[in-house]
Amino acid sequence: MPLYRDEGIVLRTQKLGEADRIVTLLLRSRGKVRAVGKGVRRTRSRFGARLEPGMLVDVQCYEGRSLDTVTQAESLASWGEAIARDYATYTAAAAMLETADRLTEEHEPTLQQFLLLSGALRSMAERAHDPGLVLDAYLLRALAVAGWAPSFHDCARCGAPGPHRAFHVASGGTVCSVCRPPGSASPAPETLALLAALLAGEWVVADASDVRHRREGSGLTTAFLQWHLERGVRSFRLVEREQPPGRPPARSALGTAG
Amino acid sequence: MYEGAVQDLIDELGRLPGVGPKSAQRIAFHLLQADPDDVKRLVEALTEVKQRVRFCQTCGNVAEAEQCRICADARRDRTSICVVEEPKDVVAIERTREFKGRYHVLGGAISPIDGIGPEDLRMTELMSRLASGEVTEIIIATDPNLEGEATASYLARLLRPMGLRVTRLASGLPVGGDLEYADEVTLGRAFEGRRLIDV
Ligand SMILES: [Zn+2]
Ligand SMILES: [Zn+2]
Repeated sequence: MPLYRDEGIVLRTQKLGEADRIVTLLLRSRGKVRAVGKGVRRTRSRFGARLEPGMLVDVQCYEGRSLDTVTQAESLASWGEAIARDYATYTAAAAMLETADRLTEEHEPTLQQFLLLSGALRSMAERAHDPGLVLDAYLLRALAVAGWAPSFHDCARCGAPGPHRAFHVASGGTVCSVCRPPGSASPAPETLALLAALLAGEWVVADASDVRHRREGSGLTTAFLQWHLERGVRSFRLVEREQPPGRPPARSALGTAG
Repeated sequence: MYEGAVQDLIDELGRLPGVGPKSAQRIAFHLLQADPDDVKRLVEALTEVKQRVRFCQTCGNVAEAEQCRICADARRDRTSICVVEEPKDVVAIERTREFKGRYHVLGGAISPIDGIGPEDLRMTELMSRLASGEVTEIIIATDPNLEGEATASYLARLLRPMGLRVTRLASGLPVGGDLEYADEVTLGRAFEGRRLIDV
């Protein structure tokens, strides 16, 4: 059976039988694979600790008919440990890992998705920015890599140069007053500026943003992602978002209709 | 595929954790050829466990009365609670004889991808046990893996403002394993070496 070696991020693990796990890996050159980690739940396992979600590993596997088998795993970065120490960061990271799993296909190489996810996990582990902002930046860019780049300036339908006030998820982002479908949302201009900054990686702008706009932006980002995926991403239910002081959480109009 | 009753048995066995289709088939044919008295004892044991065994109203451990053996034991220290994921973890820790307090069984760990959040675990029940002020230390003994660590972070954030001493089993427990597989010596050492959690 062919043996291969690659660098990968553990997206999720599922218990298998008594002490094994099925490990879903996003590999740098092979794309997503599912592999069995034998005996990894036993505390004496040689590499169980390296096959936890959010870990970056150098793995050696042999190909199987339906599942590959991990034969060696060396830790390159244990972001998972640093992430799990902060609950808000953990819930944001879990949403990223689930999204990466959903946006990728098995055995289809996607270096960009791998680099994007590893960069976002490193940023979360290092507490470089608010975890909610890192999550939204990741989601917007992962969507863009998947071919669904949202528009935050020009009209997503006719291309009329922006800025435009209306935002319509199903149309692909901001829409001009002519194209604007009924049920479009009218987010604050600052929110659209924040989302554009997150997509472009302009962290100075993003870090300086207001909590209210972050909340509105994450609502739009989540709606955008859910629109493009067939099923909802379960982990979003638990993501903790910053609350604007003295304001009860409110559901904004997301404009997913139509 | 087999006929009727045999296939039904294979299907039911196949739904058990850790039993694949091949094992289910092997067990089914073993039972088919086994002594009728042996099978009768197995059936009785299964019926018995579903009728008599329930979950302790206080801690969530398996019990044969309203309270489990540990909660009902007046000699156990009432000032400390050890929080675990599953009843099998209580068994593992009891084997070490290191812990003299009582337990709280959460019923799992926080796992966003599986849709399991704090409200799906026995968190509220834990909070209400702390209301009397009798408990002063919480030892978090969730599994030493990512979900277990994140559940510990969540608990610590919830419990520390209440002025409790919150500690986590630490040294010697390798990350990635299940608590139930830790040997007594390692687990006992982890109890001695437990560390205060910083949040
Ligand atoms: Zn237009
Ligand atoms: Zn009890």
